[in-house]
Amino acid sequence: MQPVDPQELEKVGGIVARWQNRPGPLLEVLHEVQEALGCIPADAVGPIAAGLNLSRAEVHGVVSFYHYFREHRVGRHQLEVCRAEACQSMHSQVLIDHIKKRLDVDFHATTADGAITLLPVYCLGNCACAPAVMIDGELHGRVTPQRLDELLKALS
Amino acid sequence: MSVTIYVPGDSGALSLGAQAVAEQIAKLAAQRNLAVRIVRNGSRGLYWLEPLVEVQCAAARIGYGPVAAADVAGLFDAGFLQGAAHPLCVGPVEEIPYFKQQQRLTFERVGRIDPLSLDDYRAHGGFAGLTRALSMEGAAIVKAVTDSGLRGRGGAAFPTGIKWKTVLDQTADQKYVTCNADEGDSGTFADRMLMEGDPFTLIEGMIIAGIAVGATQGFIYCRIEYPHAIKVLRAAIAACIAQGYLGASVCGSGKRFDLQLRLGAGAYICGEETSMLESLEGKRGEVRVRPPLPAIQGLFGQPTIVNNVISLASVPIILAKGADFYREFGVGRSRGTLPIQLAGNVKRGGLIELAFGTSIQELLYGYGGGSASGRPIRAVQIGGPLGAYIPASQFDTVLDYEALAGIGALLGHGGVVVFDDTVHMGKMARYALEFCAKESCGKCTPCRIGSTRGTEVMDRVLAGVEVEANLELLNDLCETMLHGSLCGLGGMTPFPVQSALKHFPEDFHHVRH
Ligand SMILES: Cc1cc2nc3c(=O)[nH]c(=O)nc-3n(C[C@H](O)[C@H](O)[C@H](O)COP(=O)(O)O)c2cc1C
Ligand code: SF4
Ligand code: FES
Repeated sequence: MQPVDPQELEKVGGIVARWQNRPGPLLEVLHEVQEALGCIPADAVGPIAAGLNLSRAEVHGVVSFYHYFREHRVGRHQLEVCRAEACQSMHSQVLIDHIKKRLDVDFHATTADGAITLLPVYCLGNCACAPAVMIDGELHGRVTPQRLDELLKALS
Repeated sequence: MSVTIYVPGDSGALSLGAQAVAEQIAKLAAQRNLAVRIVRNGSRGLYWLEPLVEVQCAAARIGYGPVAAADVAGLFDAGFLQGAAHPLCVGPVEEIPYFKQQQRLTFERVGRIDPLSLDDYRAHGGFAGLTRALSMEGAAIVKAVTDSGLRGRGGAAFPTGIKWKTVLDQTADQKYVTCNADEGDSGTFADRMLMEGDPFTLIEGMIIAGIAVGATQGFIYCRIEYPHAIKVLRAAIAACIAQGYLGASVCGSGKRFDLQLRLGAGAYICGEETSMLESLEGKRGEVRVRPPLPAIQGLFGQPTIVNNVISLASVPIILAKGADFYREFGVGRSRGTLPIQLAGNVKRGGLIELAFGTSIQELLYGYGGGSASGRPIRAVQIGGPLGAYIPASQFDTVLDYEALAGIGALLGHGGVVVFDDTVHMGKMARYALEFCAKESCGKCTPCRIGSTRGTEVMDRVLAGVEVEANLELLNDLCETMLHGSLCGLGGMTPFPVQSALKHFPEDFHHVRH
């Protein structure tokens, strides 16, 4: 995976400046940094902490608490597969086994070509159309292994 | 004259191809020189029919579903713009029994209107509640909510009016209204459907709450797993600011109410109200010790209303039509309506808003049509991952807070997940423990350690290793979690585990394949 370009780190300052005077801004800042840089790199923690008057430990503590925030970049595409109960009742496990085999990755890992990162998710609010997956923020319902293969093909 | 066609923009409908259907309709209409106006409505919640396309005809909206992009040409050929017959035609949508038998109060407009059109909203009764509220004293608004009998729809079922009264009674420079839109429970999607299908109702409810208790700042805390709802909420807030419903003087009343959207970051525990407040403050979502109550010292230490999306979205109709109108619905101490979410292995899953008091049986077979697989329904889980598993022998239980508590279950946010007879209840119980271990905020030992230990012990049970001794150990762990946890995550994880053990012991005593 590509590391974060030092020049891109400059975006952090602008984000922090915009949120500095608003109440309880850290989560919003982290969301924007991750959106802009693809992750929250260790090098960004210092500027964020300084700009918001927090310690580095506090910022790091928040980043590590939330499953959504990540310290390293992931693949070009994100495939999130629902592991929660309603999807289980519609045999999401069969789908998950299929995906892991097809992509040759486990959860939280990226395919060898850097194309797809596989992530577990716990309910996408599509429980009446289970099993559900989300690809790059787009929701899909009643996903069969065949349908998933089509969706993956459309990515490349 | 152009024909109005509704193609849902709801993410559930989009997940089944609604976007391609809308594009195909626009393309073919242009090719055929037919004037159409495509409205992206919310979903009616009849998910087995999605994408459900509706055509506005003289007498009613005629539905076609489920429509795939490949069906569109055939629909044009058949004359669907005139509501003509076609194999996919389901007739007038509001006459479909699944829809017609419902009592839609909170979801009255969802699926009917353009979610982001304030004109449409007003034309369908929107802001009638706010208009009334603006002519009332704060205490009278709070009294109306109390008298309606509304109890929090997020899970704990605490009377909303009493919570508001506590905030009203505090003297403070700043008070807050926060909306819990974290909707983390599996099997639930009512918050999402409402935010996507009628976001102004939620905003109106929050403004009324602010005016009632003297809070000038609101926050909606929406989970990051709902990117589509986030987009709709952003646009809805901007529209309300532009037309003076939000800001320094709500509708020219001189009363301020500002509203901000804040995003979660994938932590289930942040749906617990004090954890949500920590998260809104930009911190780790660790649960706070109570007291103090959030109503007294909540966000940034100030008096704060915390309510679920559906609780707040039910307020406008209570103000518009009166407390008596609302409390006419329901049974016993469960007043009003409940948006039930029917999900999982069921033929006709969807959103069913009904007065409290419908039986599980009626829901599963009358509405749901049985399992999706056609196999017998073996169990349902109601109330999310912390809810009990209920066996078929108890399907005559009705859905109200007290009746479910009576069988050791809970209603929670009203999600009902259906399992057929292929389910392995041992695995479901193990999953409940694993989920708790993964999502624990780490503040108290029974939850943090107990769930991890519980998962290991369960693994041994399922492997057939010293089953009786390990089941006893598991029970002790559950009792410790039940009584020694600070919040419901640790305190309620024993519900799915122990109910599975109690009602389905055969799944724990030998390895099923
Ligand atoms: C572990 C846990 C998770 C919760 N998740 C949610 C949630 O996602 N949404 C919600 O509205 N309430 C959730 N609650 C309930 C809230 O703590 C709180 O009772 C509710 O937001 C109050 O609003 P209401 O009175 O309108 O229901 C959760 C509670 C616990 C213990
Ligand atoms: S029960 Fe679990 S989630 Fe709740 S406060 Fe304790 S450790 Fe945190
Ligand atoms: S359980 Fe999978 S989308 Fe809700």
